[in-house]
Amino acid sequence: MKILVAVKQVASLDEDFEIRADGRDVDPDFLVRDLNEWDDYSLEEAVKIKEAGGEVEVVAVTIGNDDADEVLRKCLAKGADRALRLWDDSMEGSDPIAIGRALAAVVRKEEPDLVFAGVQSSDHAFAATGMALAGFLGWPHAAVVNQLTYGAGTTTAPIRRELEGGLLQAMEIACPAVLSIQLGINTPRYASLRSIKQAAAKPIEVLGIADVGLADADVGEAGSRSRVRRMYVPEKGRAQMIEGTVAEQAAKLAAIIKDVTGGAA
Amino acid sequence: MSGILVIAEQRRGEIRPVSLELIGAAESLKGAVGGPLAVALIGPSVDALGAGLNVAGVDEILLVATGSGDYDPDTMGAAVAALVKARDPSLVLLPHSVDSLGYAATLAASLDCGFATDVFKIEHGPEGIVATRGGYGQKVNVEVDFPGRATVMLAVRANVYKPPEGAGSATVSTVAVDAVDARVKPGEYIELSSADDVDMTAAEFILTIGRGIGEESKVEQFRELADAVGATLGCSRPIADSGWLPKARQIGQSGKTASSCKLYVAMGVSGAIQHLAGMKHVSTIVAVNTDPAASIFTVAKYGVVGDIFEVAEELRTHF
Repeated sequence: MKILVAVKQVASLDEDFEIRADGRDVDPDFLVRDLNEWDDYSLEEAVKIKEAGGEVEVVAVTIGNDDADEVLRKCLAKGADRALRLWDDSMEGSDPIAIGRALAAVVRKEEPDLVFAGVQSSDHAFAATGMALAGFLGWPHAAVVNQLTYGAGTTTAPIRRELEGGLLQAMEIACPAVLSIQLGINTPRYASLRSIKQAAAKPIEVLGIADVGLADADVGEAGSRSRVRRMYVPEKGRAQMIEGTVAEQAAKLAAIIKDVTGGAA
Repeated sequence: MSGILVIAEQRRGEIRPVSLELIGAAESLKGAVGGPLAVALIGPSVDALGAGLNVAGVDEILLVATGSGDYDPDTMGAAVAALVKARDPSLVLLPHSVDSLGYAATLAASLDCGFATDVFKIEHGPEGIVATRGGYGQKVNVEVDFPGRATVMLAVRANVYKPPEGAGSATVSTVAVDAVDARVKPGEYIELSSADDVDMTAAEFILTIGRGIGEESKVEQFRELADAVGATLGCSRPIADSGWLPKARQIGQSGKTASSCKLYVAMGVSGAIQHLAGMKHVSTIVAVNTDPAASIFTVAKYGVVGDIFEVAEELRTHF
């Protein structure tokens, strides 16, 4: 059995970042990259299924240039058996729908029994890639899953969706399926130093779009449903900052609390 | 055809409030985009619930009765696809909700339409629809457009647009769509409850701890502080996910909303958008965080940049 886990190398911003000259993204020099937090949970969920028994192969897949090898190494260190990266320069400017199409092409090639994606990415938070991928495949799909019961040979898996306001819903999904995995479904492990060393020596399979049967028109802006027009720093409200020593700050805080709650000053 | 199609959402026999917010958004765009403004309600009990959508600005209410439970992604996706194909609207608005996360992007994969999610601002200019959403953890705003698309589908953030005021005079019609094989079967709803039986929605003064507390052994110190100052102890998602406090104490989109809260003290909470959704309305918010760039300071009235343990210790001496 095979589980494919789609992962993303996300970017967060340096404190004093600058917008790129064309105004459509942040200057890449100011981006700090890491594995998307949600993907850490979906990888863990796959590795847990593997450890529960049976012949299970966990394949981590990402879309990106060779900078993204770093997150694949992290996945290998945390228990993925194989790592696969798909990239072509024509993929620049892909929105989540184009990424979903590309991942679907990888799934067709790999033929897994189950596909996981994180609910969303911490940088652009479209929360769309996993379910778009399911759309291109025509597979059963469910989003924001925070509980899954699955073993080799499962044809219908019990899941729970995490809804708004502290509500959950139990559902049953036909497999093979695509699930978007929510934070909190498990406790992701830390990679040991030994496994990090071992992962550094493992190969990363690199594919181009032609290898998965895609053309330039399927990816990048041409294959996307939206296009970034402008990126800018919004004017935001700012708290009134309480300065001074810790003792002074705490005294002011205490006064605010007593003032609002009506306690004696 | 043209016009705006709003997809309303129901759960457990009620229209979800975000549905009316979307109508408010659609009404504000009707002049620029063009009418009619149609609102579709899909699922069970649509006949009984449909009247709740007849508010100012709505021209048509479309009731789509489906055989399954409240929600499954296949039925919703197929019904919305059928409506979009039949009506060919210029703009489709649906909530950026857990339900729509399960089918909207799937639909966008098969429809030839523009698509963006978690949109909080929509404009209609000479080049068509421009949607604004957040980027890089909401640190920047991102304007996206949809060149060459006759239909644009947007999933809109909740608690942004105001519901219209006043009653409407919409026509109501029933729309039949072909039944599909639902490959995800809905089961029972499960309410989060906790042994300590706290009701965060009723609390007037909440002291919330976040990732900044670092380790579980520190929870007790803040529990004691909350007791001393007369606050109910709350938490952000990472604390509940780690099992350090019960999920029933989590404030935010997937947790509880601080509905009755007048004073909210956030310690070591960075302020993810999902957390802000549960508390940014509180009139007095005080945030303590080591990171001066933390998002929580954009909604707080008062801020302290500093070590939460030192501040907590000093604060304790005043009560």
